[in-house]
Amino acid sequence: MTVTSNRSAPTDAPLGNPAQKRAGNLLKTRELGIVLALAILVAYTAIDNPRFLSGQSIRDNLLNTAILAVMATGQAVVVITRNIDLSVGSVLGLSAFTVATMMSNNQDLPMIVAILAGLAVGAVAGLLNGVLVRYGKVPALVVTLGTLYIYRGITYSWAGGSQVNADELPRHFLTFANDNLLGIPWLVLIALIVVGAGSLMMRNYRVGRELYAMGSSPAAAELAGIKVARNLLGAFVLSGALAGLAGVLYAARFGTVDAAAGNGYELNVVAAVVVGGVAVFGGSGTVWGAALGALLLTVIGSALAVLDINQFWQQAIVGALIILAICADRLVAVRIGRSLRKRDAHV
Amino acid sequence: MSDTRPAWRSRLTGWDTIIAVLTVLVLIIASFSVENFGTSRNFTFMVLDLLPIILIALPMTMIIVTGEIDLSVASTLGLTSSMMGWLWNQGLSIETIIPLCVVIGAICGVVNGFLITGLGLPSLAVTIGTLALYRGLAFVVLGDGAVADFPWNYTGWVTGTIGDGAVPNVLILIVALAVIFGIVQHATPFGRSLYAIGANAQAAHFSGIRVARTKFWLYVVSGAVAGLVGVLWTLRYSSARADNGAGLELAVVAAVLLGGVSIFGGKGSLPGVLAGVVLLTALQNALRLEDVSGQALNIVTGSLLVLSVLLPNITTAVRGNWHRRKLRQAAAR
Repeated sequence: MTVTSNRSAPTDAPLGNPAQKRAGNLLKTRELGIVLALAILVAYTAIDNPRFLSGQSIRDNLLNTAILAVMATGQAVVVITRNIDLSVGSVLGLSAFTVATMMSNNQDLPMIVAILAGLAVGAVAGLLNGVLVRYGKVPALVVTLGTLYIYRGITYSWAGGSQVNADELPRHFLTFANDNLLGIPWLVLIALIVVGAGSLMMRNYRVGRELYAMGSSPAAAELAGIKVARNLLGAFVLSGALAGLAGVLYAARFGTVDAAAGNGYELNVVAAVVVGGVAVFGGSGTVWGAALGALLLTVIGSALAVLDINQFWQQAIVGALIILAICADRLVAVRIGRSLRKRDAHV
Repeated sequence: MSDTRPAWRSRLTGWDTIIAVLTVLVLIIASFSVENFGTSRNFTFMVLDLLPIILIALPMTMIIVTGEIDLSVASTLGLTSSMMGWLWNQGLSIETIIPLCVVIGAICGVVNGFLITGLGLPSLAVTIGTLALYRGLAFVVLGDGAVADFPWNYTGWVTGTIGDGAVPNVLILIVALAVIFGIVQHATPFGRSLYAIGANAQAAHFSGIRVARTKFWLYVVSGAVAGLVGVLWTLRYSSARADNGAGLELAVVAAVLLGGVSIFGGKGSLPGVLAGVVLLTALQNALRLEDVSGQALNIVTGSLLVLSVLLPNITTAVRGNWHRRKLRQAAAR
């Protein structure tokens, strides 16, 4: 896969003026497809039941997306480097249980300490993944499949059958999920900051472009003098830390935390990333695309409920969407490849 | 692995030998130190626990040897289990349902195979997609209910033993399928072609191996076996449920990699995988008898999985260093 994000790839013969060109490129961006799908879905559901667009409903959708979008940001960065992090669900569980236990034992700790603790737990977990991948030369799929078991096992042997209940947690911790800043819930605000910062880093900063280069061709990136080891560790630490942050948000939102928190979340996160247009072979896709993927998956779930369609269809639809998304990526890649060949022939 | 050493030495220090020795050690130590581990009753239970992982691992080994992966197997199992319950409720006879379920599994495999070899999509992404799709369809078919009234003679056969002995009926099935898959993988041109594909698909293609067709049929076989396991799973617990076997794909992949199969393809043997499955199951069984909680065992499973790839890498690196140092010393002299 040598296809980078469509915006930066020279996709076609130059068009007349820059504005036209930009519009042409925008039409070809992969993310537009998700926005369109989202718009059609929302419109259709809203016509059926106008309450779908009520403030409360939108708020619920955004709150439900927040945790998934935070994790999808980290996952997108890892997948762009042609790796994968399957341990995120287990990291969420470990972090949620750590933070919930800590907060129930120390009722006066401020929220920021909880967030930092969650980030730290996740970062350590991510660092171990990264070290094993880079220095142990073990493929990311194997490492994170292993740590998926290990981190979950640690949480279980620590928690046993016990759980932290909402009434043991300090009030300010629980209200955090519903508190607003300028009308926007904190949870959503944090997700927006994470997705925004992640997108900016990947699009405009040197390290972001290096991560794309590593995903496009690991060997070439190494030869080009990119600090592959540092960047790779950074990507895994980021994914772990964000999963840890998601754990804090999870504990604050749901109040009750046991050892099974976040079990199987890795599938949703990978689904969001793939649906959002990040190719599993790395080097292409965007963080905000992945966040849109998370939003789409969440909205599908709530739309099914509103449309009174059997909830059991949700997972099947997610599966079909993943496959559709990969087919679309393949189609785009083939077309770009063809147009690049054509352009070369003209020269 | 360095090629300069004699064949017997590289075989003795190969990962599948290590894992086989480890398996025998665990079995011996456990039967002496763990109460009830060596009993015939426990042996029956262990074989029944082994059954789904070992059967699905047979085609999975071939798929991973070709450098691909199939994560949808547990969902295929769930879908066939659901279909089995649904068809039974429709009043079909069990003799019709069982082959039908295997066919349903095979169809799931056909879909995977078409997407991967027909459209050229990456198998990891495709089977993550069908993992969600098949499991979702399983829930669509049966909801969160269960169908439990399967005929006793069939459920009894799966959990029963030969005569009054300790050998479970299903062991015949395991041995028969393992022998067939072993012969196909290690003693036929088809089996050798799998290694060629895994080592270098393009080179294999130019040597006249039908790469796409081979992979396609592997997915069909994988689906069919997952369908068969869906039937056996349903009969063992006499309960058809949509969430049957959820998460089993991770255990299967863990067992296959633990058995020394390279995730990059081209390397690995079936005996190694069988040892890997037995090791995992025996360890879990022994620890459970010692009252270690089932979920805490995950630490052991996960660590073994990572170590199975990490240790050979470390030994190769150390040996490489040692070899280089020797060369340097020789040059200095």
